Amino acid sequence: MGKENIPESVVQLAIADDIIKIGRANSLWPLTFGIACCAIEMMATGGSRFDMSRFGAEVFRPSPRQADLLIIAGTVTKKMQPGIKTLYDQMPEPKWVMAMGNCAISGGPFAIKENYNVVLGADTFLPVDIYVPGCPPRPEGLLQGIIELEELVSDWKRFKDPEKAHSRQPSIRAQADKEV
Amino acid sequence: MILTLTILLAVIIAIAWAAFNAAYLVLAERRGAGIIQRRPGPNINGPFGLLQPPLDGIKLMAKQLIIPDGADKFMYISAPVLVMCPAIMSFVALPYSDWLQAQNIDVGLLMVFAFASMGTMGIVFAGWSSRNKYSLMAAMRSVSQAVAYEIPMIITALTITLMAGTTNLDAIVAQQSENFFHWNIFPLFGETHNILMPFSFLIFFICSMAETNRAPFDLGEAEGELVAGFHIEYGSMGFGLFFMGEYANIVIGATLATIFFLGGWSCPFGLFPGVWWFLIKMYAIIFTIIWIRWTFPRTTIYGLLNLSWKILIPASLVNLLLTAGLMKVF
Repeated sequence: MGKENIPESVVQLAIADDIIKIGRANSLWPLTFGIACCAIEMMATGGSRFDMSRFGAEVFRPSPRQADLLIIAGTVTKKMQPGIKTLYDQMPEPKWVMAMGNCAISGGPFAIKENYNVVLGADTFLPVDIYVPGCPPRPEGLLQGIIELEELVSDWKRFKDPEKAHSRQPSIRAQADKEV
Repeated sequence: MILTLTILLAVIIAIAWAAFNAAYLVLAERRGAGIIQRRPGPNINGPFGLLQPPLDGIKLMAKQLIIPDGADKFMYISAPVLVMCPAIMSFVALPYSDWLQAQNIDVGLLMVFAFASMGTMGIVFAGWSSRNKYSLMAAMRSVSQAVAYEIPMIITALTITLMAGTTNLDAIVAQQSENFFHWNIFPLFGETHNILMPFSFLIFFICSMAETNRAPFDLGEAEGELVAGFHIEYGSMGFGLFFMGEYANIVIGATLATIFFLGGWSCPFGLFPGVWWFLIKMYAIIFTIIWIRWTFPRTTIYGLLNLSWKILIPASLVNLLLTAGLMKVF
């Protein structure tokens, strides 16, 4: 995980740390980097209909020096793997990695006996922070991944109580709890 | 002592004004892009997204500072400062109202242009020192662009000086007071009669857009060709300073256009002249610049240089000569 590599400072300021965490969570700038078909869904997420700019995350930076989030959007081949590793190493701390789609999570449809060129999951060579399943995941899925990552970065929830916010339509999680 | 304190206060206000504008114009740009592309833009963090610039700033300041291996350390660190500082210095000479000005300098026009052209040096430093082929190429492009567009811009400013007879920015505005027909953009009843002024305004506007590396002339940061442009190796606040310097330069360009052509703080109908009229005109020009960015695609480097050397420079020279002739006749 990216944030574990930062050396702890001698002086600890709890309030300043909280403010910095919230700042980081609210401006997760992704790297302009799409590998395969999941990148199409990533572009749709930046487009007018879904618009990830609402969360301050639409600033796709072309240079890894300015990016905070590496979205691995597609199939990682063995030829591509060193390139992705280099891009990850070039990003300054703190940095986060999102594995988007089944190929980046586990190899997906390529995890078969005849496979010779596909890396079975981005977490085999990168510290992945969040997984967004789907083949490809819908833009809503990517948005939820970003919101979950914000929670992971800052221990701060963007949407406080989902059951209250959508009180007319109880969520799937709430229904499952009642059945148990 | 009191004089020193007054100057210090003026400089602090100038810095705060430049930084405030730079931070919130980024938000205006993102929201403006959202409106033009039929999406909301950053609107969740704070009312109307007003907390987004401070949050971005906190993140950029808290990010790791990387100095690439083999970079020229001194130049690498000084480049963002060299972009931001001259931009702030220019604000000291700009008059926003007859009483709201840090320092009334007789050669204010010269001083603003001198500092505005120093920003290019910071870009060259950044491109050269970061030891990256793309940043070097982008810096060379930016320099050729700055050289090409500085000439017609300064010739147009010279035309204004010729008409006004002074380089004092305060005095240039004072000559355009009263109403719309006294403004330099359309001087029917003013002290000078020159039918070529709308044309000068167009040249000045195009040049100020190209000087600040704005789309459609942002060849220095063309992502498709040069990855990220001259600031490719800059992360954290170094990159933030480049960004803020760009927006501060936009404010300077819009302010100069307002002072030279749109009558500064005078009202179009001659009512209640004051700083509010200045701000309305300045932000209208800035909005136009943002609007153009999200409407037109990027030009090519050949198209950019051809526009300057083949059209704008001859046109501005002819404009200067004709203005001198008209001044003699009328």
